[in-house]
Amino acid sequence: MAKQFFVIFGCLALGEVIVWATGIKLPSSIIGMLLLTFFLKTKIVKLEWVEKLSQFLLANLGFFFVPPGVAIMLYLDVIQKELLPIVMATVLSTILVLVVTGHMHQFVVKAERKIMAMNLRKKNKAKENSNAECVSEENEIQV
Amino acid sequence: MQQLFSNQYIILALTFAVFYYFRRLQYRTGWILLNPILIAIVLLIAYLKITGVSFEKFEESGSLIDFWLKPAVVALGVPLYLQFEAIKKLWLPIVLSQLVGCLVGIVSVVLIAKLFNASDVVIISMASKSVTTPIAMEVTQALGGIPSLTAAVVVITGILGAILGFKTLAMGHVNSPIARGLSMGTASHAVGASTAMGISNKYGAFASLGITLNGIFTALLTPTILRLLGFI
Repeated sequence: MAKQFFVIFGCLALGEVIVWATGIKLPSSIIGMLLLTFFLKTKIVKLEWVEKLSQFLLANLGFFFVPPGVAIMLYLDVIQKELLPIVMATVLSTILVLVVTGHMHQFVVKAERKIMAMNLRKKNKAKENSNAECVSEENEIQV
Repeated sequence: MQQLFSNQYIILALTFAVFYYFRRLQYRTGWILLNPILIAIVLLIAYLKITGVSFEKFEESGSLIDFWLKPAVVALGVPLYLQFEAIKKLWLPIVLSQLVGCLVGIVSVVLIAKLFNASDVVIISMASKSVTTPIAMEVTQALGGIPSLTAAVVVITGILGAILGFKTLAMGHVNSPIARGLSMGTASHAVGASTAMGISNKYGAFASLGITLNGIFTALLTPTILRLLGFI
C-alpha cells in the first residue's frame, strides 16, 4: 500500500513543485493527474501500482466534497440576499452546459465521419477512373 | 457537552453515518433528490447551527476529509490513461465541445444572473462556477470577486450536476456515452465525474477530461469574456 500512496502523493508533490517553480495558474492536483497519466503511458509507473488506491479515491470522490459544502453556511447571508439570481443562473447554466457540450461533441463526431466517408468515396471514384483508363489503354493496344 | 459536540471522532462518525445511510437510501429508492452529498451538507449545517459548534471547529475534522480531494483528482489520471487511445482518436470533437461548453457556461451564468438583478460582485464570483474549486477561486480572485462565494457556488453546481445531469442529458438527446461523460465533467467538475464514474470507467475517463479542459479554458478565457460583456 505504501507504494500506492507514494505514487499518488508523489504526483501531487511534483504538481506542487511545478506550480511553485513556474507560477502556472493551474491547481497542483490537475497537474498531478496529467503527470500520473504521463507516467502510466510511458510505463514509468505500472497500473497495478496505483490501481487499488485510485479505485478507492475515485469511488469516494463525492464524499470528500461534504466539508467544502458545509462551508456554504458561512455565506448563507450573501446567498440569501441574492438567492433567486444565484439559483436561476446556476441551474439554467448547468443544464445549458450539459446539453450544449454533449450536442457539440456528437455533432463534430458525425461531421468528421461524413467528411471521412466523402473522402473515401472520392478516393474510390478516383481509383475506379484510373482503373477504367488502364482498361481502355489496354484495349487500344489490343486494337 | 460542547466539547463532545465538537469532538473530532464524533463529527467524523456522524459525517460517515449520514453519507452512508442516504447513499443506501438513494440506491434503494432511486430518488435523485436524496443525493448523499447534498443531504450530508444540509444535515451537518443543521447540526452545527443547533449545537452552536463553529464552522472553524468543524473544519478541524472536515479538513481530514477534504484533504483527500487533491489525491482523488490525481487518481483521475488512471481512467484517463485507460482511455488514452479513444481520446487521441476523438481529440477534435473533444476540444471543440469543451471550448463551446466553456463559453456557454460563462456567458449563460453571467447573463442569467444579470437578468435577475444580481450585483456585479456576485456575477463575477459566479462566472467560473462549472470548474474545479481551486481554478474557480483563482479566477474570481483575479477578477475581484469573492473567492469563498465562488467555492460555495462551485459545490452547488457540482451537486446540481450529480442530481440533474444524466436526466438532463437523456431528455436533451445526448446519447453517446463519450459525450455524456464529457458533459458531466464540463458542467459539474469532480462531483459530475464521480457520478459518471459510478456508471462506468469510460464515462469517468471522459468526465475527467472535461474537468481538465474546461478548467484550463475557463482560467484562460473568463477575464476576456467578462471584459467583452462589460462586467469588468
